[in-house]
Amino acid sequence: MKLIWERGKEGRRAYWPSPSESPEVSLEELLGKEYRSEPLDLPEVSELDVVRHFTNLAHENYSVDANFYPLGSCTMKYNPKLNEELANLPNFLNAHPLCMEGLVGSIEVMYRTQDLLARISGMAAVTLQPLAGAHGELTGLMLIKAYHQDHGEDRDEVIVPDSAHGTNPASAAMCGFKVVEVKSHDGLVDIEELKKVVSSKTAALMLTNPNTLGLFEKNIIEIARIVHDAGGLLYYDGANLNALLGKVRPGDMGFDVMHFNLHKTFATPHGGGGPGSGAVGVAKKIEPYLPYPVAVKGPDGYALDFNRPKSIGKVATFYGSFNVIVKAFSYMVNLGQEGLRGVSELAVLNANYLNALLRDVLSVPYSEGVMHEFVASAENLGLTALEIAKALLDFGFHAPTIYFPLIVHEALMIEPTETESPETLEEFADTIKKILTDPQKYKDAPAKTAVKRVDDVKAARHPILTKAQLDAEKFN
Amino acid sequence: MAKVPSNLYYTETHEWIRHEGEKVVIGITEYAQSKLGDVVFVELPSTGDDIESGAPVATVESVKGVSEIYAPVEGSVWELNDELEDVPELINEDPYGQGWILSLRITDESALDDLLTAEEYQALLEEEA
Repeated sequence: MKLIWERGKEGRRAYWPSPSESPEVSLEELLGKEYRSEPLDLPEVSELDVVRHFTNLAHENYSVDANFYPLGSCTMKYNPKLNEELANLPNFLNAHPLCMEGLVGSIEVMYRTQDLLARISGMAAVTLQPLAGAHGELTGLMLIKAYHQDHGEDRDEVIVPDSAHGTNPASAAMCGFKVVEVKSHDGLVDIEELKKVVSSKTAALMLTNPNTLGLFEKNIIEIARIVHDAGGLLYYDGANLNALLGKVRPGDMGFDVMHFNLHKTFATPHGGGGPGSGAVGVAKKIEPYLPYPVAVKGPDGYALDFNRPKSIGKVATFYGSFNVIVKAFSYMVNLGQEGLRGVSELAVLNANYLNALLRDVLSVPYSEGVMHEFVASAENLGLTALEIAKALLDFGFHAPTIYFPLIVHEALMIEPTETESPETLEEFADTIKKILTDPQKYKDAPAKTAVKRVDDVKAARHPILTKAQLDAEKFN
Repeated sequence: MAKVPSNLYYTETHEWIRHEGEKVVIGITEYAQSKLGDVVFVELPSTGDDIESGAPVATVESVKGVSEIYAPVEGSVWELNDELEDVPELINEDPYGQGWILSLRITDESALDDLLTAEEYQALLEEEA
């Protein structure tokens, strides 16, 4: 596709303003000399050029609205349009954050979202402020730090399993903690290894349950006991909450702090369609440290509580991604308790069905008790995980997550989510089988996409990040 | 089978170590580079940094992911293979030679006894295969 600079011609315009009746004034007189007097290098295009450019760009976009998107660990489920409708109601859409204190309806939505998330997770209180999952992790760890400091404890280590999302150790390091890794045994946290690494330095253990292999950490009660006995706290990474809704609650498993990915579990757009929202839930003892303000329901109705002396402060401007919160609220209310339980049941059923369909052609090293996603290995298949992922693009599918988690070689991490039909899953499985019957044919895939096979090594070693670099590359 | 030179020491995390008096030179094994795939970036420490045994001392990034290089013994960073900053593919092309990563001034030479011999590392690879 052409860049918008490559369209149009010098002097072409989309709009010519009518001659002004006001007297002309000199820019220099108004702005002074330090302002730019040369015209900017902007594309010179007609309205139709602009419309075609962006319409064609949009057609190149891949989204879950277009086709199957089995990107493991990302929960790329369909985002019901009803949620968009409600978030687009003028009173939500046009609410100005500086007027929020007077917008009782919006505060009620925040309060009820906090309340629903707390009930779903078994947490005592929730903040909606963090703007993404990793931001939620950072906020959660800041809360853990504040809690320990307030109790006169000097704890500077955070334990993460080797199967963890990369964001876990990154967030811990960002928050000033030392990261300690704990090994897995048969895909689950190794209890004996955990006992060796917990100490009076342990601030928290961060855990995803089910973990990134899609396996439920069945020893969670013992894990919680070991960490709590050492005086540490338990952090729940909510990335995989889609497997557990209405079945089991992180609060009941012993977790003290967690984040929700509203943009995964609660069906708000992400993967370029964002923004995200990483609400954080906490146990009663952590509640005083939550960012302010928190939406509350008092004798005079719904209000924002700013008077929180032990609060860690604000982690985002205003109230977080408010319109995303409206969509998640709409999703939860629309589905209700039974509906949300059904979401998790179908998500787990779909992953297991797809796992069964692919069992003959892909090995799944940890397939026992798989929940909402599974990790297959492409070892010894004649195509690498990358090549299979690229070949899938030619059939109109989004690639699964590859080379993660690191504990599976040539990993293909597949999460179908609950919103896909059995027919779609069968078509996807048939496509993988087809690719594997004739591996040589797909070595250079994709051939049918707008951007063909990218030289990812060259792209990483010599990235082209500016138009000047692109021009130089073309010149060469 | 990946090459495992007999004159080197090894670790379970696939680093090789060449002992040269009070200096040890460190790189990653042929097996490690084959698993990582094309290396696109190497992050090196500063010379003089004191490193504990088992602590991450450098980072190797490939198209598949990012891996830490762990110090096989305690010591201070002596030399760095600066060439890797521009030509990271040396690690793929010549892992035991031009693809060396850094050297350490070793604190206690007896620590080398805890490392794997070529035979032991070879056995480990056979186990993993």
